[in-house]
Amino acid sequence: MIPLNYYVLLSGILFTIGALGVLLRRNPLVMFMSIELMLNSANLAMVAFSSALQQLNGQIFVFFVIAVAAAEVAVGLALIVQIFKTKHTINVDEMSNLRG
Amino acid sequence: MPQFTDIQTILPLTVLSAWACVLLLLDVFVIRRKGLTALLAALGLAITLGLTLSQAGRTAYGFNGMVALDGFSVFVNALQVLSGLLGIALAYGYVRRMGLERGEYYSLLLFSVIGMMLMAQSTDLIMVFIALELLSIPLYVLAAFQRTDPRSEEAGLKYFLLGAFSTGFLVYGIALIYGATGSTHLSTVLNVASSGTSNLLLTIGAALALVGFGFKVAAVPFHMWTPDVYQGAPTAVTGFMSSGAKIAGFAALLRVFSTAFPSLAPNLTDVLWALAALTMILGNILAIAQSDIKRMLAYSSVAHTGYILMAFVPYGNPEVAPVSLAAGLIYLAAYTITNFGAWSVVIALEQPDGRGLQIADYDGLFWRKPALALAMTVFLISLIGFPPTIGLVGKFYLFRAAIQGGFVGLAIIGVVTSLISAYYYLRVVVNMFMYEGEPQTSHDSWLDLTWSAMAAATVVFSFFPNWLFVLAGSAMLLR
Repeated sequence: MIPLNYYVLLSGILFTIGALGVLLRRNPLVMFMSIELMLNSANLAMVAFSSALQQLNGQIFVFFVIAVAAAEVAVGLALIVQIFKTKHTINVDEMSNLRG
Repeated sequence: MPQFTDIQTILPLTVLSAWACVLLLLDVFVIRRKGLTALLAALGLAITLGLTLSQAGRTAYGFNGMVALDGFSVFVNALQVLSGLLGIALAYGYVRRMGLERGEYYSLLLFSVIGMMLMAQSTDLIMVFIALELLSIPLYVLAAFQRTDPRSEEAGLKYFLLGAFSTGFLVYGIALIYGATGSTHLSTVLNVASSGTSNLLLTIGAALALVGFGFKVAAVPFHMWTPDVYQGAPTAVTGFMSSGAKIAGFAALLRVFSTAFPSLAPNLTDVLWALAALTMILGNILAIAQSDIKRMLAYSSVAHTGYILMAFVPYGNPEVAPVSLAAGLIYLAAYTITNFGAWSVVIALEQPDGRGLQIADYDGLFWRKPALALAMTVFLISLIGFPPTIGLVGKFYLFRAAIQGGFVGLAIIGVVTSLISAYYYLRVVVNMFMYEGEPQTSHDSWLDLTWSAMAAATVVFSFFPNWLFVLAGSAMLLR
């Protein structure tokens, strides 16, 4: 039996990697993968807590998160494809029409 | 099995959800005149508004305590449905003029309103999360609705990436709260949180959730998406988003923190104080340098987030909390009315080729369209908080609540930053009255109705502040 602390620690590390990825990477696809990593680290923590507490709430929540993340992917990828069509690049540093 | 009483607690929401789905199908058969879709969407919202108001005075929990119906939710939902209606009024002529008249606009808007309404009713963190996503995902699409225009696409992508980023914080926060208390239900969280000793996991969870909400309401330092998204998105979307998403974010913030985390108030008060002060100061100072009216109003929207946050700082003090809650709600209502008015004037001046958005384009507006210029003056004065406007009423109650809660310093920052804001708001007024220019304006009856009705409401409501205060004072949270 792996202690609960290990799960929480791992999820914390994954969350930090995800958050840093969003802040440091410049490709929206990679940024988006990092966001998924953040969501999945929360899922890991949820499932770990849920099994430690002998409850099902946490696992149900994970299903909701997965479903919503899928909906987000649909919108996000559509946006990225559309931007690639108009600009032929998706690097976020090139997106500088809006500033002031 | 859900009982009928469960459905009753979210009846307006259910009806609107069904209506939005049917509208998506019906739109396929509306081939030429997409205005019909707009009218059908507005009809759905009008029915929802009626159903929401018929719920006034009732309190109930539904679906095993996942959602609540109370005075707070009725007040906020009515405001949100109203902002949906105004959002359609702004869009009706605008989308035709800009060549983006597509039927799904209105369905997406309805779905977003559904999310906003659910946000005010959620009493479980799972529901808060689903409501937040239901409100956000349609807004990502709407922000990028003017596709093939790189600015709108850029706005959509920025909003999407930062919105999803903030969702990550919220979800991780919820996971930690669940781990600390063994429940996602707000009142259970309250019981566990107030019985035990101080719990590090719970505090970190609440702080992460605060970051997530902070992004949604555009509080400094989580505001960096706001100017870009507000500028790039189609103006009708910006108008809707700047009021609707803010109301929803604050509704969830108020409900979650007042219901579940009063015991964390000693830890969080200083953080909230700093957030409110920073948001007021930076929002107003950054707005001064803007020459684009959309960006200026975006920073003004950030600044107003700071003012509303001020009502939220004394949330843990049981004596002041009801007063400050009411003050926050009044300010949200005042801000919605004023903000929609200001954005409708911006839409009236915007040209299909993208001109008409600089502050210099407002030169001499008074000599061309006196009524429009006077309406804009009323909105700008209301945003500053000068009499005789609803903005003054809102600010008065906010500052009073802050002082009653013992946050005199915060109230002083609020007054000083309001004075700073007078500089950039009045600059537009000076341009409209003192300078010469040839401003181009466009007309459609719904837009004209919106700005004139909002201008009238901004002035008239300021003479009956008590009535508004009684209304907001009855908007209690169910605990």
